[in-house]
Amino acid sequence: MDPKQDNQKETPENGLRHRHLLGLSDYDSDEIELILETAQQFRDVLNRPIRRVPTLRGITVVNLFFEPSTRTRISFELAEKRLSADTVNFTASGSSVSKGESLKDTAQNIEAMKIDMVVLRHVSPGAPHFLTRCVDAVVINAGDGAHEHPTQALLDLLTMSDHFESFKGLNVSIIGDILHSRVARSNIHGLLAMGANVTICGPNPLLPIHLDKLTDKGSVRVTHKLDEALEGADVAMALRIQMERQGRNLFPSTREYHEQFGIQMKHMKHHKDLLVMHPGPVNRGVELASEVVDHERAVILNQVTNGVAVRMAVLYLLSGSRLET
Amino acid sequence: MTTSNAPNLLLHGGTILDPESGTTLRADILVKDGKIAGIGEGLDAEGCERYDATGKMISIGWMDMHVHLREPGYEYKETIETGCRAAAFGGFTAVACMPNTDPPIHTRDVVEFIIERSEKTPVDVHPIACVSKGRKGESLSEMADLAAGGAVAFSDDGDPVQDTSLMRHALEYSSMLDVPIINHEEELPLGPKGHMHEGEVSTRLGLPGIPTISEEIMIARDILLAEYTGGHVHVAHISTAGAVELVRQGKARGVNVTTEVCTHHFTLTDKAVEDSDFDTHTKMHPPLRTDVDIEAMKKGLADGTIDAICTDHAPHATFEKEVEYIAAPFGILGLETAWGLTGREIVQPGVLTVAEAVYKLSVAPRQILRIALPRIEEGAPANLTIFDATSEWTFTADDIKSKSVNTPFVGSKMVGRAWAVYNRGKFVVNA
Repeated sequence: MDPKQDNQKETPENGLRHRHLLGLSDYDSDEIELILETAQQFRDVLNRPIRRVPTLRGITVVNLFFEPSTRTRISFELAEKRLSADTVNFTASGSSVSKGESLKDTAQNIEAMKIDMVVLRHVSPGAPHFLTRCVDAVVINAGDGAHEHPTQALLDLLTMSDHFESFKGLNVSIIGDILHSRVARSNIHGLLAMGANVTICGPNPLLPIHLDKLTDKGSVRVTHKLDEALEGADVAMALRIQMERQGRNLFPSTREYHEQFGIQMKHMKHHKDLLVMHPGPVNRGVELASEVVDHERAVILNQVTNGVAVRMAVLYLLSGSRLET
Repeated sequence: MTTSNAPNLLLHGGTILDPESGTTLRADILVKDGKIAGIGEGLDAEGCERYDATGKMISIGWMDMHVHLREPGYEYKETIETGCRAAAFGGFTAVACMPNTDPPIHTRDVVEFIIERSEKTPVDVHPIACVSKGRKGESLSEMADLAAGGAVAFSDDGDPVQDTSLMRHALEYSSMLDVPIINHEEELPLGPKGHMHEGEVSTRLGLPGIPTISEEIMIARDILLAEYTGGHVHVAHISTAGAVELVRQGKARGVNVTTEVCTHHFTLTDKAVEDSDFDTHTKMHPPLRTDVDIEAMKKGLADGTIDAICTDHAPHATFEKEVEYIAAPFGILGLETAWGLTGREIVQPGVLTVAEAVYKLSVAPRQILRIALPRIEEGAPANLTIFDATSEWTFTADDIKSKSVNTPFVGSKMVGRAWAVYNRGKFVVNA
């Protein structure tokens, strides 16, 4: 059996061909567009006095978080509540092995309590794919190791679409720790699918090898110079540097990192139309100078707002099969 | 699969293959009291069991020099008995088992325990003992005592001998005993917490990688140490093109270096991790590499750089493998599928002749480990594998004879089949 078959339905009943959202690597532009359009409608809901619709009444969603996360978990939970779904949170740090119960057992136990959708955050790449083989519920990937974080990329795309007419020809530079970044991978898949040009910039030890083979949807430009990455860029997306990676010699110091790869006020002055994004949480003074975080062309909080809308859209679109039965 | 005590047996209709000369002889073999009593056409078999070997070949029994039998300590994964059952199904009458058991094979009593346990099976089990006490990589095990007890090599397999000074002294000391050191070649700091080959697929999947250089740097070191000390280093489960080239150069310089390749390393690539959506049956150590590396394995087999074919048979329980990728242990079964994959990937495409492939599965491992070769001649103990190199069949879950089931090859096409083995007066018929 081809495991990928399970994630593809024969007829697009609700507009999405996929039953799960495991990553953006196999989502086509029409599916991404549908999610973004739906998210824009849900954003209107968020601006109403009563920010709740009955759309997912009767649907039970479990947020299964095996890795510490604050904003993604809260964002999903709010999205579920705004859609009137019943939500349950399961939070456990560390791998399933150290916990003593396997991921399969945990998931099957929760599914036995009759649930419809699982939102999974896990340290292991492929954990959501594995989960689809263990349970019948719809699986949404909320970040699997350094593999994918599709809803983050979707909220980034939504934020860009607020400022630019089209993704075609849009120049987006992703700057920082690409090696360990699921955000970068999902964004590259999503942006290339939508026709944007992607530049990758970071210190060599933080760039994975064969970045040119990441996807067959297009190729990324790679540079080790921030000036080259920012020249002609419409959007600069800075990625978080994990402080615990210091001391592994991937870069000498946060001071030198900021000097070489941090976006500073001088860059904002020189690039008058540059939009700055960051998936958060920001290390002020490392990826972005503190003033840049608060700059009018930094749209970091817009990203957060869009996160709830995008997750509402994903939950709604993937719940289709569950609502009918 | 049936195993019977058959001190007397007539194998009729078969063709005897001598892997050393490559010659074949159409002849019956008569076995009496476990020994070969006659070789020739039309032998009479009054009152003894007969096996029709028409259309099949018969060679000396095969040997897999790299397996994990898990006993003592991990009997829930595999036992000596179940591992030997899998070996016999695969056509093997001998295996050498790695010492990462619990306790590890680091004292003579464990060596003797394993040999004693194996004596009621049809398979000769040759323990490989630890290089270091407790497999800790700190101080030398009592090599002379272990060798006297029956250990055929020393290895801390599963882990490399990381300490260069320890490796130097291990080679010096073991050369005195004429026993090889088998090293799991990996410079660990280069692939910390790696779960697959570092390459385009690991970049796509976001899995931490194990680069080819981590294997190659350690092999380069060990070849230099073997050259300097005069010891014999056997490179375990070679997996990269660069590693094959290093061994080729070492051999050309006259260094006492040998190597082996696992069947999965000439069959699958890292793309299997992606194509299977993170199936943990694609996770092994060294990891599945690339097409370039597979080509190098084939070239190395053909030009003699790679001496032996092995499996690194590594049973793990289902509950251990049915987990998220990074939590899964390394390793897959190999004994049952060894010949079918060798036939499909090596013999059928013409990389090796049947005789050459059998040589790498029978003569070469015994020569590396200084184990006397079985003989097909009158008076010699009967130690035989009955096989063909052309049957096409599909490997199914029923064909798994190991206690564990961790193989990616269920449903895969096999070319060539081991039909039966004879050893120690026991006759095992597989199908």
